[in-house]
Amino acid sequence: MTAQTQIAPAAVQPLKRTKKNLLSDGQDLLASLLVSPTMLVIAVVVGFPIIFSFRESLFRTAGGVDPNTGIVRQGEAFVGMQNFTDIFTNPQTIVGVYGSMDRLINAFINTTFFTVVCVVLETVIGVAMAVIMSKAFKGRGFVRAAILIPWAIPTIVSAKMWGLIFDANGIANRVTGQSTLWLADNASSQWAVIIADVWKTAPFIGLLTLAGLQTIPDEVYEAARVDGASAWQQFTRITLPMVKPALVVAVLFRTLDTMRMFDLPMGMIGPGKYSVETLSMFAYFENNALRYGPAAAYSIVLFVYIVVVAFLFVKLLGADVVGDPETQAIADRRKRQRKLAKQARREGRPAPALTGSTITNGDSAS
Amino acid sequence: MSTVSSTAMRTSADEVATLAKPRRSGKDTALLVGGILGMAIIIVYCLLPFYWMVVSSLRLPTMGRSTDLIPNPPTLENYVSVFDPRNQFTTAIVNSIIVSTVTTVLTLVFGILAAYALARLRFRFKGVVLAIIIACSMFPGITLLIPLFKLFTGSYPWFPFDWMNTYQALIIPSLSFGLPLCVWNLTAFFRQLPVELEQAAMVDGCSPGQAFVKVIMPLAAPGVFTTAIITFIAVWNEFMIALTFGTRADMYTATVALSKFTGQYGFDTPWGTIMAAGVILTIPLIILVLVFQRRIVAGLTAGGVK
Repeated sequence: MTAQTQIAPAAVQPLKRTKKNLLSDGQDLLASLLVSPTMLVIAVVVGFPIIFSFRESLFRTAGGVDPNTGIVRQGEAFVGMQNFTDIFTNPQTIVGVYGSMDRLINAFINTTFFTVVCVVLETVIGVAMAVIMSKAFKGRGFVRAAILIPWAIPTIVSAKMWGLIFDANGIANRVTGQSTLWLADNASSQWAVIIADVWKTAPFIGLLTLAGLQTIPDEVYEAARVDGASAWQQFTRITLPMVKPALVVAVLFRTLDTMRMFDLPMGMIGPGKYSVETLSMFAYFENNALRYGPAAAYSIVLFVYIVVVAFLFVKLLGADVVGDPETQAIADRRKRQRKLAKQARREGRPAPALTGSTITNGDSAS
Repeated sequence: MSTVSSTAMRTSADEVATLAKPRRSGKDTALLVGGILGMAIIIVYCLLPFYWMVVSSLRLPTMGRSTDLIPNPPTLENYVSVFDPRNQFTTAIVNSIIVSTVTTVLTLVFGILAAYALARLRFRFKGVVLAIIIACSMFPGITLLIPLFKLFTGSYPWFPFDWMNTYQALIIPSLSFGLPLCVWNLTAFFRQLPVELEQAAMVDGCSPGQAFVKVIMPLAAPGVFTTAIITFIAVWNEFMIALTFGTRADMYTATVALSKFTGQYGFDTPWGTIMAAGVILTIPLIILVLVFQRRIVAGLTAGGVK
């Protein structure tokens, strides 16, 4: 008790600062000057379009003749959620791989199917590549150069390249001795898209995973070997947990990237093929037909889908996408203070003053 | 340390000699062979489809669908027909260079300032700014394109300009993914530079601004350069924006032009020409990647994005 009464006045008194610390104080103004151009650009090229997409999704270009006045309607009309509810009340039925259903639902299932299959295959192949590369002593530079080539090839070029490979008379059919119509509108074309996407991006996941693998000290493996861990145990108990932070972020970005897939099915299989039509493509075609309302509505479906998936990644898998030590430290401090205040309230004490302890860098605070 | 020494004391000299001798068991050899095999598989995996593109581009235009492993006879005719004036491929490449360069320069100018503040300065709402920037690189491009398309076609009464088929219509939307990518990479680079450098400069009487210009910028040049390459490649490879806003053949970028190649007779896909164009578009990127591979890998892993 005595200690508390002694400390309390000191904590209440504001800290006197005679001299400004250039490294940590009064940087708000400079920072806002430096950051505001970027934020302004982002507000124009990202903020405005997103807000207007939401607005557009509630409208529809008016057409036809007004039954009351007999004049051709122009402009746009507010339709509320109709662009979204049309999938139930006024479905645009098409026949895709999954039978006949609304075109939006078909695109949604395609997007999900591509994302799940591609990301799983890419992660498995990518991690395998990273493990092989980390074990190799010679030729790592050469492999790294080779692995960057699929990444550097423009997606549309890769789409055309795989288009030729999967041509009905192409090399894929010749090697396998089949005569599969890969580029027609069927389940095979879905696999053609998946193979092309996995080819292009699995090496990239491999590259990011390799960077994570190289941060694991050899001593950890040595210790595991001494303890008699098998190679598989070393992989599942050491390698995977230790590359998890890097891998989760890489997988998150690959997932979001695959969800907005556009170039590959468009360039390889072509427009109007329902078996490979993704949400991005469907919204693009609607937009091209100047049906802004439905187009915006479908793009909003994709937007919300992506936001939900990103949220789940961050919450469930703990993807640390921001990765800023200072922000992390501030968040941790807030959490601690909230916990203290909660505890104090439960015990009937007044909440302790939220003194802002100085954070010099992320390491000392965490 | 103590455990090691005590173990060593309990081990006889003979045993130490046996243990120290490099041991080549069958398992090690298998691992070595497996490693080499694995590396070979990775290289084949990465290069085989690319090899097929190069080979197919070197065939006779009439043999576009041939499946010979080596072109017979090899010819550059496809490369000649890529630059057939009908395709306007030269214009498309010039457009691509303009759009990619301007976007890269713009994103660097904005990005360097923002990234420095995010990596070094302490300010309120930093977490919010970081979250906004990272969120921007996650949003689907199509959501942004629809209102911008409506805007640039002059459909909004408050924006009475027709910007379709202009460079600004290709460049401004490209900022939406170029800028977050650039800021993110640069922030990672700036964070890697030791903060003591600026502290030393400030002790010597520099303001934070001077410390940035005189000390950090020269040191960050490699990082800025890498970011420039990564952004350039991203914009160069972009397809959806270019397809939406460049609808006239003279405003196609190279990727769009490639996707719109039609054969001489209109029905048959000119595979040879398309492959040749693909090789032409890819070769500069591959040279960049091979020359700067160490830096690019560092940039990609530091940024952790895309």
